[in-house]
Amino acid sequence: MADSVVDIALIFPELLGTYGDGGNALVLARRLERRGIENRILEIGIDDPVPRSAAIYLLGGGEDSPQFTALNALRTSGALAAGVDAGAVVLAVCAGFQLVGTTLWGPDGPVDGLGLLDAATTRAPSRLVGEVAVRDEQLDTGWLVGFENHRGVTTPGAGANPLGTRTPERGFATDGAVHGRVVGTYLHGPVLARNPRLADRLLEWVVGPLDPLADPQADLLHEERCAEVIGSRARGGAARALSRRLPWRRP
Amino acid sequence: MAAPNRVRLARFAARGAGFAARLRGGRASVFPGYVALKVKPDLVPTLLAGRPVCLVSGTNGKTTTTAMITAALGPGTATNRDGANLPAGWASALLEAARSAPAVLEVDEAYLPALLEAAPHALAVLLNLTRDQLDRHSETRMLAEHWHDALTSHPEVRVVANADDPLVAWAASAAFHVTWVAGGGEWRADAAACPACGSLLDRVGGEWSCPACGLRRPQPTVVPTLTTLRVGGVDYPLRVSLPGRANRGNLAMATAAANLLGMPIDRALAEIAGLRSVSGRYGRHRVNGHEVIVLLAKNPAGWCETLDVIDELLPDHSGTVVVAVNARGPDGRDPSWLWDVPFEQLAGRAVIATGERATDLAVRLDHARVTYTKDTRPPLVAAASAGADPVVVAATYTNFLAVSRELARDG
Repeated sequence: MADSVVDIALIFPELLGTYGDGGNALVLARRLERRGIENRILEIGIDDPVPRSAAIYLLGGGEDSPQFTALNALRTSGALAAGVDAGAVVLAVCAGFQLVGTTLWGPDGPVDGLGLLDAATTRAPSRLVGEVAVRDEQLDTGWLVGFENHRGVTTPGAGANPLGTRTPERGFATDGAVHGRVVGTYLHGPVLARNPRLADRLLEWVVGPLDPLADPQADLLHEERCAEVIGSRARGGAARALSRRLPWRRP
Repeated sequence: MAAPNRVRLARFAARGAGFAARLRGGRASVFPGYVALKVKPDLVPTLLAGRPVCLVSGTNGKTTTTAMITAALGPGTATNRDGANLPAGWASALLEAARSAPAVLEVDEAYLPALLEAAPHALAVLLNLTRDQLDRHSETRMLAEHWHDALTSHPEVRVVANADDPLVAWAASAAFHVTWVAGGGEWRADAAACPACGSLLDRVGGEWSCPACGLRRPQPTVVPTLTTLRVGGVDYPLRVSLPGRANRGNLAMATAAANLLGMPIDRALAEIAGLRSVSGRYGRHRVNGHEVIVLLAKNPAGWCETLDVIDELLPDHSGTVVVAVNARGPDGRDPSWLWDVPFEQLAGRAVIATGERATDLAVRLDHARVTYTKDTRPPLVAAASAGADPVVVAATYTNFLAVSRELARDG
C-alpha cells in the first residue's frame, strides 16, 4: 500500500465543517508527507461525485439542515458505503457521526441514517458543551481529548463498541462508537490535531505500522489539554465553572 | 408613584457606583448599570423611551460601527463604549447621558430580540452573522431565526441591513422598512444553505440566490468602493480613516444609519473620517521602543478581514505579527476555529505566537507552513522581542482587553 497515493476525502466541508473540521485532513496529510508517503486531500463539495475508493473519509460537524442535505446526498450516491465495504477508514465527527449511524433525530422525529455504524442518536435533556477526555478502550491510543458541543447522544448497538469512557460524564458514561475501521466521536472539529496518536492509528490501518513522529507542538498540545481536562477534576473545576458565569463583556 | 421613585433610586445608585468605579481607576462602563439594574431590573425600557434609539448588532464590527454612528451624530450621544454590549453596559451608557439624548447602542447578537421588544421605535443596524463562540451561541442559523422572529413581531422597526450576508438579509426581510447596504463579507462558510428553506444557495460573484424558494440578495442602495460611497445613485468621495475592506463596509452601514437618524450624508462621512481608533483598536502606540498597533480578531470571519487589514498595515511582509489566543468565556472556550482561519496567508511574515492557547495556535501554524516564534509571555512583552516594526498585535477578546488596559495605563 505504502507505494501508492493515499486519498483523503473530506466530505462536504461546506456542510460538515462547522468547527474547523478541515484540520483533520491537514493533520493526516502532513503526517503522511513527513514520512515520505504520497497523499492527496480531495475536498468533495456537495455537487461533486463522492469517490468510491478513497483510503480515508472524513465527515465533520454541521448544523441540522446542512446535516440532512449531506445525509440525503450520501444516501443517494452510495459511494461512502462502497468505500466502507472496500475497507476504507472513516472518521465521523459530531453531525457526521450521527449520519453514519442507524437513526438520527430529524425535524419530525427519527430518521434513518446511513447505517455504516450500529449506533442510534437520541436527544439529550440539554446540550453537552465543554472540554472532555475519553479513555480509549478500542484503538489503544490512551486518552483522547477534545471539545464537545452537541444535543444528540449516540449510543452503540450490538454491532459496535463505544470508543471509550468519558471524563467528565455530563450524564453519559461513554463517547463514540467503533466498528471495523469506522470511528465515530463527539470530540469535535480538529480532533486529530489534539490527538496525534489517533491520527497515526487511522493512518496505520491504511499504510501499515508507522514509526513515531517527532511533532513537539502537537504532542505538547495533547499533554496540555489532558492535564487541563483530567487534572481539573481534582482541582479548581468548581472555581472555573463559577468564573465562566461571571457577567463578561464582549465586543 | 412607586415606579418613578424606583427609577430615581436606580439613577442615584448608579451615580454612586460610577463614582466608586472611577475612584478605583475604572472607566465605569458596566458597574453603574449593573447596580442600577439590581435596584430596578426592568430599567432599560424606561431609559430607552422618549429618545431616538439605534441598536447595532452582528458578529463582527459592532464596536467600530457603533463608534462611527456616534461620531456622525456628534457629542452628547448616549453610547456604550469599549464593547460593553450587555444589559449593564447599555444601562450605564443611558444613565450617563441626558434623558432625551439619542442613544446608539452596541448589542450582543443574542440580546437583540429582547431589546427590540423594549424599543420597537428603534433603528436596527444588522451587520453579519457568522460562527463565533459556538459554545455559547450553538448555531449561527438559530441566531438569525431569533432576529427574524423578533422583526416578525415588530415589523415597524426600521432596519439597516447588510445585503451581502444571507442570514442577515433573511432576518431583515421580516421588517417593513429596510435600507439595504453592500456591507461586505468575505467569509461565506456559515451561509452555504438558504436560511429560509435549507437548500444550497447559488453564488455568482457577490450575488447569492436560492434556487428553491427564491430568496436572493436584495439590491443594495448604499454601496462602498475604494474611493466613494454610492447612496441612491449619488457618489460621495470617501476619506478612509480606518484600514481594511471590512471597515469600508462598516462605514457604509454607519453612514446609512446616521442618515436615517437625520444626519446629511456628507456631514456624516466627514465626522466618521475623523475617527482614528476605536476602543484601543487601530491606534498606533509606542511600547518598549516598538510601534504597536492592536487589533481584535476572535473568529474565522473576523480573521479573514484582519488578514486583509494586516496586508494594508504591513505591506510587502514588513513588520511583525503577534497572534494572541485565549479560550476563556468571552473568547469562546473552544479554539477549534483556529483551523477555519486561512493562516496560510501569514507565510513569509515574522510571526510571534502567544496567549494561553499558544500551543493550539502553534500546531495550526505548523500546518499552515507559517514560521513563528512561540512566546507565552503576555502579548506586549512578547511584542517587545519583535525584530521589525510596526508590530501588529491581533488578539482574541480577553488578550485584547488586557493589552488595551495596559496601553491605556501607560498612556
